Amino acid sequence: MNTPTDLLYASSHEWVRLVGDIATVGISDHAQAELTDVVFVELPTVGRAVDAGDPTAVVESVKAASDIYAPVSGEIVEVNPDVENDPSLVNTDPYGRGWIFKLKVKNAADVSSLHDAAAYEALIS
Amino acid sequence: MISELKHSPLEAAHVALNARLVPFAGWNMPVQYSSIITEHTAVRTACGIFDISHMGQFFVSGPVTLLNRLLTNDLAKLGPGQGQYTLMLNENGGVIDDLIAYRTGENSFFLVVNASMIEADYAWMTEHLDPQVKLVNQSDQWAGMAIQGPLAAAVFAKVFPSETLPPRNGILFTHDGTIVCRTGYTGEDGFEFFCLNHEGIACWEKFLAAGAAPCGLGARDSLRLEMGYPLNGNDLSPTRTPIEAGLGFFCDLTKGEFIGREALARQKEEGPAMKLTAIRYLEKGAPPRAHYPVVSATGEVIGELASGVLSPSLMTGIGMAYLPAEFSKIGTNLNIEVRGKLCPAEVVKKPFYKPSH
Repeated sequence: MNTPTDLLYASSHEWVRLVGDIATVGISDHAQAELTDVVFVELPTVGRAVDAGDPTAVVESVKAASDIYAPVSGEIVEVNPDVENDPSLVNTDPYGRGWIFKLKVKNAADVSSLHDAAAYEALIS
Repeated sequence: MISELKHSPLEAAHVALNARLVPFAGWNMPVQYSSIITEHTAVRTACGIFDISHMGQFFVSGPVTLLNRLLTNDLAKLGPGQGQYTLMLNENGGVIDDLIAYRTGENSFFLVVNASMIEADYAWMTEHLDPQVKLVNQSDQWAGMAIQGPLAAAVFAKVFPSETLPPRNGILFTHDGTIVCRTGYTGEDGFEFFCLNHEGIACWEKFLAAGAAPCGLGARDSLRLEMGYPLNGNDLSPTRTPIEAGLGFFCDLTKGEFIGREALARQKEEGPAMKLTAIRYLEKGAPPRAHYPVVSATGEVIGELASGVLSPSLMTGIGMAYLPAEFSKIGTNLNIEVRGKLCPAEVVKKPFYKPSH
């Protein structure tokens, strides 16, 4: 499994790339491998306020629909239209073109509840 | 009800292939090996193999007229070596199980029934069959696999160079005591193969070596739904009749008395109030799934999906729902409600997908 060390991870398998107060969110390589063929991504509405742990997007495989949770509280500022058009990007490039949404972080302190790569790898092993 | 999962005689082979195993009908079964879409495509374009060891095998001996009283299709029309899709009904015409019945001799029959219904079918048959009919449940002794796809016959020829594949719906007892049935649940050419448990893994590996790709229950479900084939428990139930399910073709109301016949005859005459209806998305949307509400063009909830999937062949949502007959006409506009959003859809003719053969 690929777990880049420059990202933070939620126990619910989202990754977070933090640049300033903007968090880009996707699902981990481990999560995409567990879900297998992603055939549909339901994106949140830009402008929506979410609390950490809120179901924010939905990723669906042939077999099941899985909620994607907001790893931290904030406001959705951008969504990735590419994964709507080609959901398989979540499988083939989970940390790159397969990102799902960006949010403006409300409380910087929230970030401390996320795992670093080593802690996340321990969680999934 | 079922406290402990049953294990397929092929389970070690699945584990070795890194399959994802899930509980299904009381069995620990592979849902997928690589990816459902890849496996689905293998069956549509080449050849796949499914573990169907969970399915039940009954051997029946006795006069055809007596077994015929428990089944909807006319067994008497079969010659030795021939089989047919048929249903077993309760007195109200509701479906207990759908199965394939083969006539293996003048007075001998081989039945393949659904995994979830083995005990219930056996109990029902024991209760309702004339005592002179002998019924033996050998479900625990047989491993089963379904080899399906346009290259299935070529795979058969490699594994059995000295045997001839039986014709469609036919059955063959091979020289080494295995059973080959020219049938399946995918719409493609293919056959179901049964051997004793201890021979299972060796046979599975022979089919793999001959070119069959391992496929799980996930692809099995998307393949059968593209054909509009019902799954008992989803699309069939003791409160729905085969007439409502669109399976009237497999019910011979002229063959003589059988359990459920009167209810079917009445319903056929009056016309069923509800019909299992094939529904296809008109545009891209979230995959439809069982229990999602079906909403009329005027916004009224008129039923729920019995089955639904994003069709890997058509890359669009498909499903089946019991709907009031006035909504079951081809071309009727409907919506499937997914998490509060309406996905536009229309009633279409089955099958959703036509195999190329």
